[in-house]
Amino acid sequence: MLLRFSGIFTLIFFTLFSANIFANPAGNSDDNKEFDVNEMIMHHIKDAHEFHIMDIDGHAVSFPLPIILWTDNGLVTFLSSKFNHDDSGKVVVDINGQFFVKYHEKIFYADNANGDKYISYDETGNVANKKPLDLSITKMVFSMFLSMLLLVLIFVATAKTYSKSRKGEPTGLGKFTEPLILFIKDEVALPMIGEKHYQRYMPFLLTLFFFIWINNVMGLIPFFPFSANLSGNIAFTFVLAAITFIITTVVANKDYWKHIFWMPGIPVPMKLFLAPIEFLGIFIKPISLMIRLFANISAGHIIILSLISLIFIFKSIWLAPASLFFSVFISLIEVLVVAIQAYIFTMLSALYIGSAIEEHEH
Amino acid sequence: MDLVTPDIGLIFWTTVSFGILYFILAKFAWKPILGAVNEREQSIKDALSAAEKAKDEMENLKSDNEKILNEAKLQRELLLKEAREIKSKIISDAENEATEKANKLIESAKTAIENEKSAAMKELKHTVVDLSLNIAEKLLSKELENKEKQLENIQEILDKTKLN
Repeated sequence: MLLRFSGIFTLIFFTLFSANIFANPAGNSDDNKEFDVNEMIMHHIKDAHEFHIMDIDGHAVSFPLPIILWTDNGLVTFLSSKFNHDDSGKVVVDINGQFFVKYHEKIFYADNANGDKYISYDETGNVANKKPLDLSITKMVFSMFLSMLLLVLIFVATAKTYSKSRKGEPTGLGKFTEPLILFIKDEVALPMIGEKHYQRYMPFLLTLFFFIWINNVMGLIPFFPFSANLSGNIAFTFVLAAITFIITTVVANKDYWKHIFWMPGIPVPMKLFLAPIEFLGIFIKPISLMIRLFANISAGHIIILSLISLIFIFKSIWLAPASLFFSVFISLIEVLVVAIQAYIFTMLSALYIGSAIEEHEH
Repeated sequence: MDLVTPDIGLIFWTTVSFGILYFILAKFAWKPILGAVNEREQSIKDALSAAEKAKDEMENLKSDNEKILNEAKLQRELLLKEAREIKSKIISDAENEATEKANKLIESAKTAIENEKSAAMKELKHTVVDLSLNIAEKLLSKELENKEKQLENIQEILDKTKLN
């Protein structure tokens, strides 16, 4: 069943993905431009203010998303379609006397000083324009809301199936989701946190695991409304790692701090030597969490996109079978990797929390 | 560098989303699901311990039964032994009584015989005396018919009868 599903899934994946890439260069205003692999890949793994679905005859078909800005004059909201698919700072949007341009998926105040050019650069070549605080519902935020909706639907439905069962056995959807929940309980929470406290952290660990996993999987599905590389975005992984860090720090007991600043059982010079290392460890642990998930998921996307791009780099259709074969192969591995990464993130979070509340006996 | 610079907007939305998701799922999904799972696990644990208890009880019952059986066996043995003793006692008592009675009977028979015998002897003596008297009477009457003869006879009798 799973095999057949993944087969269909990969088929859809590649028909749509390839179509997307074929169409993408045409979407740019300059048709003669050389195909830029780097730009294409970066465009795919980064955030965007509109959800690009495909191009038809050189016209981008995209799902407009709301842009929410906190400007000097307060809150400003409008639809991303006002930029008319422009991402090079050429289209100015006028909202109540404030002018905005979009340049490389960032919103700037339009700079009127240079005549028809609205973007000005400083000496190092960076954009010098001022930026409003951008709280837009971007492609990734949209994807995140979608994942939340799916999670709530799936697990509230799961919870409902228990009321139908007589002896608390899972029925219907619960038969699929319960083993996953029990996996987090028995393989993550219990061994990492321990019998005594694990129940307190179960909701967090479950939410964390399924939130990461579903977003990983949604990132792998290459068509609208999925394909956003949310879990491969550093802001996303930063927030999750920060939550783990905050929980670890807040719930930590005396033993935890003692083991960091004054490690028992070793001579004083070693204590002095270890204290700064252990102190840095407090921050390195969540940072490693953040980077691991971000790098793994982004790398997966980059590899698949690169393999597809081989066809365009070599400008030969005959390379397509090899390119497709390897993409399928990597995609299958990615299906595994995204589950493992969600598991590792959850497991390490549980481990850090567990080590913070561990009671030492000495 | 762009790739590794966290975007403020996304940080904001991720925080908000995760918070909302956490509370919704914790309240409407994890609580009932984990509740059901824990309850089920508890009931399984209870059932297992109950089974264990029942097994122990069975074991106890079994050993009790064995004890009772052993006791019963012992009692039977005892009863049988007693019965056997009683039997042999009754038999020996009966034997003794029988011999005693037989002896008594023999004794009384002996005395009766003795009595009869002495009575018979007495009667015999009487009869003999009577007879002798009669004979003597008849003889005397006859003898006395002639004197010489009488004297002769008396002499004869006196001779024959030694006085002692």
